[in-house]
Amino acid sequence: MKFVAVSSCPTGIAHTYMAAEALEQAGKAAGHEVHVETQGAAGSVRLEPDLITQADGVIYAADLDVQGKERFAGKPVLDVGVKKAVHDAPGVIAQAVAMVEAARAGAPAGAAPAGAAPAAAATRVAAAPPRKVGVGTQIRKYLMTGVSYMIPFVSAGGILIAIGFLLATLAWDTNGAIEVTKVVNGFDGGALVTWIGDGFSVTSLQSWAVLIFWIGKWSFSFLVPALSAYIAYGIADRPGIVPGFVGGYAAGLVGAGFLGGIVTGFLAGFLALWISRWKVPKGVRGVMPVVVIPVISVLVVGLVTALIIGPPMKAVNDGLTSWLNGLSGSNAVLLGVILGGPLNKVAYVFATAGLANATLSSDAPAKIMAAVMAAGMVPPLAAALATVVRPRLFTEGEREAGKSAWLLGLSFISEGAIPFAAADPLRLIPSFMAGGAVTGALSMAFGAGVLAPHGGFWVTPLVYQPFLFLLAILAGMVVSAALMIVFKGIGHGSDAEVADEAELVTV
Amino acid sequence: MTALITADLVDVGIAGLDRDGVTRRLIDLLVAAGRVTDADGFQADVRAREAQMATGMPGGIGLPHARSDYVTVPSLAVGKLAQGVDWGAPDGPATLVFLIAAPASGDADHLKILAALARRLVHPEFRQSLLDAPDAAGVAEIITREVVPA
Repeated sequence: MKFVAVSSCPTGIAHTYMAAEALEQAGKAAGHEVHVETQGAAGSVRLEPDLITQADGVIYAADLDVQGKERFAGKPVLDVGVKKAVHDAPGVIAQAVAMVEAARAGAPAGAAPAGAAPAAAATRVAAAPPRKVGVGTQIRKYLMTGVSYMIPFVSAGGILIAIGFLLATLAWDTNGAIEVTKVVNGFDGGALVTWIGDGFSVTSLQSWAVLIFWIGKWSFSFLVPALSAYIAYGIADRPGIVPGFVGGYAAGLVGAGFLGGIVTGFLAGFLALWISRWKVPKGVRGVMPVVVIPVISVLVVGLVTALIIGPPMKAVNDGLTSWLNGLSGSNAVLLGVILGGPLNKVAYVFATAGLANATLSSDAPAKIMAAVMAAGMVPPLAAALATVVRPRLFTEGEREAGKSAWLLGLSFISEGAIPFAAADPLRLIPSFMAGGAVTGALSMAFGAGVLAPHGGFWVTPLVYQPFLFLLAILAGMVVSAALMIVFKGIGHGSDAEVADEAELVTV
Repeated sequence: MTALITADLVDVGIAGLDRDGVTRRLIDLLVAAGRVTDADGFQADVRAREAQMATGMPGGIGLPHARSDYVTVPSLAVGKLAQGVDWGAPDGPATLVFLIAAPASGDADHLKILAALARRLVHPEFRQSLLDAPDAAGVAEIITREVVPA
């Protein structure tokens, strides 16, 4: 095969050329022809247009923006950092060969073998993921970059929390989920040290349940910051990470949740990208990445989050709370809608606050709690179901996340659905809200009730009308998953391709 | 054009230093030769570059480098280390360290030589010939002979 490549690095005197030489040598060793354009400090000699025309694929071993990308339009592109090309050039060549083969396989039947004629290459263009993409696709790519980095935090936290529940159920018997939640929710940061000193006992299963549950919650506290940081990373590369993290953390503080984290991620990314393109005097250039970009971008993202995102979010959250308090407690459809949506924490707090007034699992506040819990279990379970029924609609990362979403959903850890909702909010949040509404309404109509504030499936022994409770969850889960599949099919058949490309970029 | 490297800029017996120490030793050679005006200033520039991405390369190479206002002549200082020092490469510590000093506004000819050096470093036989060279003069001679702009 024939490849053209572009290499570049921040200083432009070392990695750029080592990557170029390494790729050319590795190509030769594997029987391929590789021509590299070194966009380094010594100036670059442009690739001959003929070489580009003949090339089967393009490799970017570049840490800087590739100059003249439009020359490669329509060719399959492998985008790796310069470092990977230096350290594992044979691996990069193998990946590029696989990419070209995959692109060929996607070409219409009967197309001539690539390289035989330029016309064949042109035919293949349509099948290969186009490099020049629309704004919507580009945005989804950034989102999916963020989500792919967030998923491990979700699995780590969710599975540890579920294990915590499991141990608690053994340690405290059926009330375990209640007890472990009570202990951990009572802790603020400083109390951890005290508890480790006084409350923790190596031989106590209860202690281990609490600690593991708690560690899981720590992992969860990084969901929104990581989402925000890696959306920004997808946009601006490394300079985006710091403002992205800080913005995501702040979004959590102002109650803006993961939607806020998406906003701060995009803000931080484009801001950092813009600043990093400033033309600055040489003396300042050295401190741009370590001082100028972080200081300015963090300041701006922080100000925007505190002053522009914060106040309306507070108003929405407050409004929702007072509106919930005004409800007679029978309107569980609306509760379910909220539970499936991005502001579900409000409904959850509302429900647990009401529990204080209930003594029997058939009391009204216990019914609200059951509806809230059931509806909150729906989004991750629905997402898990959808990835099994229609795996092709989801990326590799999402399918993996779908597996742990079963456990997270059963444990009433709604966060299990965030990777899905964050990657495709417009289609999935309505699906989740609809499923939540069905489940909330059914649970209420069935009169299911529970006094436990958390635990999901693990507290079913404590639930009044447990079978109807589970039936309500099942119904919402099926409705929600069906809607996910329908909505995902609308408007874009090529989503999986976009996603695969996004993941390629983040390797 | 001043030679990129001379025997004065090679130390074949560096031992007992860490990454910063090795870098400093090589910078001191450049300062002694009058090719770098401010050791601390240049070291800060090298560190800033290192912080962006480690410059450990495959095959036991450390390749610290910077373009800096403190550099007067494009230069290369080479150190052979008695024990490997971690330079951030995934395949192991570095035993051969090349410090590239480029002026902030280097002319293209010099930069082309540096580019040629980077390309040569990819080849195992080149690295081995440097490791086998008995003394500083030998190392400088091999580099001057082998590293020619494409």
